[in-house]
Parts: sequence; structure tokens; C-alpha cells
Amino acid sequence: MMDLEVIWENLPKLLQGAQLTLEITVISLLIGLAIAIPFALMRLSRHAVLWMPAYAYILYFRGTPLLVQLFLIYYGSGQFRAELSDLGLWGFFRDAYFCGVVALTLNTGAYTAEILRGAIQAVPAGDIEAARACGMSKVLMYRRIILPKAIRLAWPMYGNEVVFLMQATSLVSVITLLDLTGVAGRIISKTFAVYEIYITTAVLYLIITYAIVFVFRRIERRLNRHQA
Amino acid sequence: MFDLKGYGGLLLDGLWLTIAVGLSSMLLAIFLGLLGSWAKLSRNRLANFLADTYTTVVRGIPELILLLLVYFGIPTLIQDIAQRFGHDITIDLNPFLAGTLAIGFIYGAFSTEVFRGAFNSIHPGQLEAARAMGMNRLLAFRRILLPQAMRFALPGLGNVWMVLIKATALVSIIQLEELMRKTKIAANATHQPFTFYLLASLIYLGLTVVSMLLQQRAERWANRGVAGR
Repeated sequence: MMDLEVIWENLPKLLQGAQLTLEITVISLLIGLAIAIPFALMRLSRHAVLWMPAYAYILYFRGTPLLVQLFLIYYGSGQFRAELSDLGLWGFFRDAYFCGVVALTLNTGAYTAEILRGAIQAVPAGDIEAARACGMSKVLMYRRIILPKAIRLAWPMYGNEVVFLMQATSLVSVITLLDLTGVAGRIISKTFAVYEIYITTAVLYLIITYAIVFVFRRIERRLNRHQA
Repeated sequence: MFDLKGYGGLLLDGLWLTIAVGLSSMLLAIFLGLLGSWAKLSRNRLANFLADTYTTVVRGIPELILLLLVYFGIPTLIQDIAQRFGHDITIDLNPFLAGTLAIGFIYGAFSTEVFRGAFNSIHPGQLEAARAMGMNRLLAFRRILLPQAMRFALPGLGNVWMVLIKATALVSIIQLEELMRKTKIAANATHQPFTFYLLASLIYLGLTVVSMLLQQRAERWANRGVAGR
């Protein structure tokens, strides 16, 4: 029933695809986090000029499917080919890898900003009052009291977001990239070993997922090691 | 604002199919969620094991892989089995059915966790009181447990629905003519991909916002008659 030969033969190719999956995940996560921090702070501002754009960005990228965001950037940019060429940017937007990373980065940036916002708001008021009473400036208060506490509160949810993003990278296979899912599709079109290859792919994703979960739990324990 | 060149109706046709796939998947997800939470909370070891395996595996695999596995894998599996019995058949799974099965199966795992939390937050004394009054298990479940669990589960189920409706966009990959696929047709025909994908994204955003409002109303309705609101 299951043809183990076909799995064994194609495992190296699948692992190569997994490498691209991890690469895109890490790049998007890092840039996404760099975007998320200022947007989370803007979202908490009392000035409409700051919170409104942040609110719109977060709502749009959390309220629409990632697949649409991906197509909007990859296929949608074609509508402005002339303008992008004049700016010297067309080379980037023609590239599936670039568009995939941009879409995933903007997407995870919005989700991460929302997680951070919730965590910053969940920092106990007493901690902030105490910091103020000590005469800390706003910047010092954020650096020493609010952000360290918020990171601990956000950590478990951020771990979930990392897992979701890693799995979401599978969509880049739709725009021709050869990540784990893309490689699997290509192998199946040659061998017709549908469930052998897809089940092997699923197992590889499971392994990556629970490796991420394991690492995040270990770090969580370290973050909270001062607590009994 | 948008020059749709007469393709607006096409997108609306797609929207109805998106909503139809979404609702059928949600029904399946709720059914699987109730079943899964019952299995997780039961004293039967095998039921525990099966339910834990279900939620662990589904949460570890991308939606796209599961969708492709259902759409291409199930027909292949049936054909292979038929071949063993000496029948040569070719079957295709209908994309609507494949999409509903795959998405319902995935979000059933998330609903399982929602319902498990909901049933756990009902005081055990409630069930004891119902049993003491002579209700059988089924009646106690229907009259006492389920109405309260539904109230506790509503916020979580609302979240599941909002993620699920966005996941239906994936079914366009297996050629179901829902919103996303109709958008692709319109984008290619008019050579205005940005305009049409932006419009499609705003329609999805509208679905999300409407769902949020409905969720608030549903929670108010479910909590009517509850003290301390």
C-alpha cells in the first residue's frame, strides 16, 4: 500500500525544501518583530495621528486572508510595472521570494503587534505606579519595567504565532517557490505517490512544529526562573 | 472608486460560495469539537488517546497540506483499494466537499479545545444536581450542560469562525469557484490584478468586521438572564 522506496528516495529533496521553509520563517519573523514593536507602541498612543495608522495596519492584515495579501503583492504589483520599473524596483516585485517574504513579514508584524499591545496593557498598574514613584522617565520605565514584563506575558502567545507563521509559509508554494510544500508538489507531479509524499511532508512539518514548541517552553521557563 | 468593468457580479457569486463553504465547515467543526471534547473529558483511555492525537496532529500540519491530502489523497486511496478487489475506477472528489471536509477537520481540532474549556468551567455540582433529580445522562447533557457550555464557548467559537472564514480562501487552490478564484479570473481578464485583489481583500475584511459585530450580539443574547453582567 505505502511505497517506502519513494519516500526514501525523495527525502533529501524534501529536507532541502524544509531548509527554505525555515529560512523564510526566520527572516519574516525578525523583520516582522522589528515592525511590530513601533506599531504596538503607536497603537497605544493617545494621538490619532499615531494610533489610527497602526490600528488600520493591524486590522487589515489580521482581517484578510494571507493568500490574498500574497497575491496582492506578487500579482498586484504587475499593474504598476511601468512605475516600479522607473523606480528601479520592478526586479524585486517580479521575484516570488521577495514577495513571499514581504507578505509574510507584514502579516506576522500585524499579529505580533497585537500580541505586544495586549501584553503591554496587561502589565499591572502597580508596577507602573511604583516606577513613576521612583522618578523614572517614560523611556527608562519602558526599558526597565514595562517591556521586560510584557515580553514575559507575550511569550506563550508569541510562540503560537511562530508556529502559525512557519505553517503559513507553505502558501509560498502557490507562487512557485520550492519550500517544503512546493518540493512535495513537484515530486508528486513526477511520481504520483500522493499520500506517501504528503504524509511524509506532514510528518516533517509536525517535527518542526513541536521542535519550536519545545524550544519556546524551555525559554519560557528561563524567562520566569525568578518566580517560585 | 473601483472600475470593475462589469466583473463585480462575478465576485459576489464567489462571495456566496465562500460563505457557504465557511458555514458548512463551521458546522462540521462544531460537531467534531463536541465529539472531541467529549472524548478528551471521558474516562475512556482510548477516547482520550484518539482525541489527543487528533488535536496534536492537526495543529502541527499546515492547512494547505491537509487540504491537498484530502483532495488528492482520498480518491487515490479509494482507487487503490478498489484495484485490490479488481475494479479499475477513477473518481474525483468534488472541491466543495473536499474543502469542507479539510477545513472542518482542521477547525474541529481548535473547537475541541474551546469546548473542553467550556465544559470544564461548568461547576460539577450542576451535573450532580441534574442526575439527583433523575435526569438521565442525555437529558442532563441537553438541558443543563450544553446550554451553559455554549455560553462559555461563544467567544472561542467566534474566534475559530473568524480564522476559518479566512482559511476558505485556500480552497481556491483546488479550483472551487469561491471569492478568491473568481477574483483571479477577473484580475486576469481585466489586467488589473491589484484593483481586484484589493477589492477581494476588502470583502474579506467586511466579512471579518460583520462577524465581530454578530459575535458581540450573540454573546449578549447568550448571556441574557445571567446575573452580574
